[in-house]
Amino acid sequence: MFKKIILSALLAVGLVGGAYAAAGKQHIEDFDFSFEGPFGTFDQFQLQRGLQVYTEVCSACHGLELVAFRNLGDEGGPTLEGDQVKAYAALYDVYDAELDEDRAAKPADMFPGSGFDGAPDLSLMAKARAGFHGPWGLGINQIVKGMGGPEYIASLLDGYTGEEKEEAGTTFYGNSAFPGGWIAMAPPLEDDLVEYQDGSESDLRNMAQDVSAFLMWTAEPKMMARKETGFLVFVFLVFLASLLYLTNKRLWAPHKHKD
Amino acid sequence: MSGIPHDKYEPKSPFAKWLHVRLPIVSLAYDTLMIPTPKNLNWWWIWGIVLAFALVLQIITGIILAMHYTPQVDLAFASVEHIMRNVNGGWALRYTHMNGASLFFMAVYIHIFRGLYYGSYKAPREITWIIGMLIYLAMMATGFLGYVLPWGQMSFWGATVITGLFGAIPFVGEAIQTWLLGGPAVDNATLNRFFSLHYLLPFVIVGLVAVHMWAFHTTGNNNPTGVEVRRTSKADVEKDTLPFWPYFVIKDLFALVVVLAIFVVVIWTMPNYFGHPDNYNVANPLVTPAHIVPEWYYLPFYAILRAFTAEVPIVQFTNWITGGIVDAKFFGVIAMFGSIFVMALVPWLDTSRTRSGTYRPMFKWFFWFLVIDFMVLMWAGAQPAEPPYSTISLIGATYWFAYFLVILPVLGLVEKSKTPPATIEEDFDAHYPSTPAE
Repeated sequence: MFKKIILSALLAVGLVGGAYAAAGKQHIEDFDFSFEGPFGTFDQFQLQRGLQVYTEVCSACHGLELVAFRNLGDEGGPTLEGDQVKAYAALYDVYDAELDEDRAAKPADMFPGSGFDGAPDLSLMAKARAGFHGPWGLGINQIVKGMGGPEYIASLLDGYTGEEKEEAGTTFYGNSAFPGGWIAMAPPLEDDLVEYQDGSESDLRNMAQDVSAFLMWTAEPKMMARKETGFLVFVFLVFLASLLYLTNKRLWAPHKHKD
Repeated sequence: MSGIPHDKYEPKSPFAKWLHVRLPIVSLAYDTLMIPTPKNLNWWWIWGIVLAFALVLQIITGIILAMHYTPQVDLAFASVEHIMRNVNGGWALRYTHMNGASLFFMAVYIHIFRGLYYGSYKAPREITWIIGMLIYLAMMATGFLGYVLPWGQMSFWGATVITGLFGAIPFVGEAIQTWLLGGPAVDNATLNRFFSLHYLLPFVIVGLVAVHMWAFHTTGNNNPTGVEVRRTSKADVEKDTLPFWPYFVIKDLFALVVVLAIFVVVIWTMPNYFGHPDNYNVANPLVTPAHIVPEWYYLPFYAILRAFTAEVPIVQFTNWITGGIVDAKFFGVIAMFGSIFVMALVPWLDTSRTRSGTYRPMFKWFFWFLVIDFMVLMWAGAQPAEPPYSTISLIGATYWFAYFLVILPVLGLVEKSKTPPATIEEDFDAHYPSTPAE
């Protein structure tokens, strides 16, 4: 029994580190996003480029059913102008239960759901995946680098190895970021697939990062409000703590040095 | 109310006198607020106020969240996102409530370990301790019920695992499980009733907290020396204590604000750190997550639950001697609840005549080892249920039970304790020597 215990203890250190590597060497690149950190901000234009990638590539299969078209005009996001939002919404058709037929979408409508069963909805994808883990189950990487959701998405889009295999009638594509190493989604991006409205470079890596940033916004549209408010509340509490510290000190002083 | 001599409330105004004769509520508030408190309390005593604050915070944020949440399987997940996106300040309410639970549990663990170290559970404070354990159980139930409500993958599958434990009870288990679930599996009936109970239990906790405070106000607070306040006269009381208001109210508020500043940093910079990303996927009964894990505060008990597999000798022995009635699954359940039960029994298991761990040199080592054990179990609970983690969990669980059932009883008989100071006053003066007269 003792030997087993010692062996297990030694294995634990080795195995935990190995456990993550063993899963086909899952590789998540720590992309730099503008919204990272306590004072991070969304880059409005990156979000707009990401929206363009989503519209022209991803929306074919993936839905955004928790996002309303009007959110595209909200502050802290892509911040499209009112008429741009209306025009964008009109590109989509939604089913109207009252009319019992499809009609052009309005800003008040939600984006459609996924058109294809195997394609998950993307509204929360950036919060539903963690790109960083450990080390050794200690959770330190997530404190330092963040949860890694958008990094996971960008790494996945940029992580296709070029290999293909067929299993049980489905074609799988090699991917260095997807757990298990094989993903059923065909590589959706290639260089210059989308021509950005603002003329930015649209190579694969840029598109991957832009759409990941956009998806971080769809997952958490209130991030900017959170970071601004959080900072102010923190400053207030530090100030209040200082006042209470001084009050406490003065209150206790006669008792601490009199007797 | 407590047996410590102190100045009583005297109603002054005509209205105060009128009220006092009919409902002595001001007198009650006065006695509660002005209770003579040992003047040598250190910073491990602030967590009570953090807990009280966290309870109120959870209730207030919870009640407002409940105004916008829909407890129905097809609508629940979307209603939470509606709160995050559309309700004014909804994101703040949700993040505060979900991280508030982590704050609540972190505070309760520090509070409990404080009690274990300083012997706050020893006579005459056993009832305070037992009520505290009941509060802790109610907190665990409340947290479990609340986590199911967003109806994410972890919500659903965590509910499936934990309600499945009731199925492990011999003979009546399956019937109890079906009764709890409201059906054969976790579904809408389960969600609805979990919402109802999640709203109810915090108020049960409020009641328990009131009784908890009544109990420790009757006995008086413990303090780092474990030496009791002298009750021989009011003058002696005043040498050992200071009134709770203002000295400890202000000290506690300072500490509370520091803790809240850290809490706000979490919400501001890493609000999803203590959660599980899989809970941002809507519940799918047809897709089992790769790893089902509860929230961090349950992990040590989850490790104990899973540690006792069919290969473990004591499980095999118990299975044999009960004629197969107690199987590995049920043993795990017994071990999990048993680990809290033995902690509840500690007032009677600890035989030492010295109350505070400060003066117990051998005890200190075992205590800190228990703290490390708790953290190792917490880590192990998040790992897959296979070697070597299962072995580590088993060792951790063994130490946990050994601490309460073997180490504490034996230690009290063999340990040579140091001598505590004669009075609290002496201890306080030793910390704050008076400066020489100018």
